[in-house]
Amino acid sequence: MSSPQYTLPSLPYAYDALEPIVSSEIMRLHHQKHHQTYITNLNAALTAQATALAAHDIPTLLSLQAKLAFNAGGHINHSLFWRNLAPYGSAATDMARSAPALKRVIETQWGSVEAFVAAFGQVLLGLQGSGWGWLVCAGGDGPQPLEIVSTKDQEPVGSGKTVVFGVDMWEHAYYLQYLNNKAGYVEGIWKVINWVEAEERFTKGGVNDGGAVLKL
Amino acid sequence: MAASLVRNTARSALRNGASATRAAGSLTFARGKATLPDLAYDYSALEPSISGKIMELHHKNHHQTYVNSYNTAIEQLQEAQHKGDIAAQIALKPLINFHGGGHINHTLFWENLAPKSAGGGEPPSGALSTAINDSFGSLDEFKTKMNAALAGIQGSGWAWLVKDKQTGSIGIKTYANQDPVVGQFQPLLGIDAWEHAYYLQYQNRKAEYFGAIWDVINWKAVEKRFSA
Repeated sequence: MSSPQYTLPSLPYAYDALEPIVSSEIMRLHHQKHHQTYITNLNAALTAQATALAAHDIPTLLSLQAKLAFNAGGHINHSLFWRNLAPYGSAATDMARSAPALKRVIETQWGSVEAFVAAFGQVLLGLQGSGWGWLVCAGGDGPQPLEIVSTKDQEPVGSGKTVVFGVDMWEHAYYLQYLNNKAGYVEGIWKVINWVEAEERFTKGGVNDGGAVLKL
Repeated sequence: MAASLVRNTARSALRNGASATRAAGSLTFARGKATLPDLAYDYSALEPSISGKIMELHHKNHHQTYVNSYNTAIEQLQEAQHKGDIAAQIALKPLINFHGGGHINHTLFWENLAPKSAGGGEPPSGALSTAINDSFGSLDEFKTKMNAALAGIQGSGWAWLVKDKQTGSIGIKTYANQDPVVGQFQPLLGIDAWEHAYYLQYQNRKAEYFGAIWDVINWKAVEKRFSA
């Protein structure tokens, strides 16, 4: 019984490209170990699902749902995350230059970039446990209203929303470098946001959503 | 400062929580501040299972933050109660659950660990040993099942050996984030599966942490809770 099998996407930059904001040690572990584990477990769950489906084994199918959701979510979220980060000091990290349309809407909705950054940071630091903070917009043609949302654990952003960018707030994303100072990580991450990618997701809608990540 | 309220035992942490709820809104409430309990062992005493650096950060920084944030939330709750602001009281519930839970969980956790020199890892005896054998087959099978429960946590959380207050039977339960063991179940033995509990030493190899922690489990503390 065949089932789709996913592989780890390579990073669009070197492991040390985000230093000093995110250390190469963190990036290496996060990509090679954590993201890989989600993919390995997703593939195993998909194989088990195919077997259960062929056998009309409904209880097993049901028991696999949580594992599928968690690991598929982990794969989607990390894939989106890597691409919405850019090397420290690169042109893509300049919001004004790289994301003029997005910046305008952010300023309209939050009053200023600073107010938006503060509101986003509050959502990130307010997470109780593992999870993600996201800037999303409603799907559809042309620029749509933006919204800051959080998702728990590896829950992906729901369908119908386009992820503009996401920030991983699992402790494995920052702990080796920032320890319990997660506010330091939250403050730093703005220096490595890929505003070119964010602008493209924002202006083109669902082209880079979770479904696109999982398309084989 | 109400020094008499500075207690090191888990039960006093639980009592503080309980009395805070009961006394909420009364003037005695302000005196019921939660405080960081001292550890009964040195930070490095659990090595090599848990590094001294992890223990120090975990206790001095993480646990302290839960204590501080819990106290802040309770002050805000008290204020909301004085004002009769029901919406504000309800809005504070997640914060109280999270930070109060973090305080209770960690307090219990420190107690159910011990250095090898102080009996850490020595298997349980008596009624608890019998209950574990009856429920799980053997101590080793219990450990295997507990480790499987820990490995299955999707995100941050804890696995606990609990006692059902209605039936007296024991079982394994997992709790997300800092959800505390309250209500029908009594916490006996908890293992912290948050990444901050092991990441500096084990990184993504969490199964190694779950394997190593049994060498520093204080079964005497678990027995005491079981027979309480």
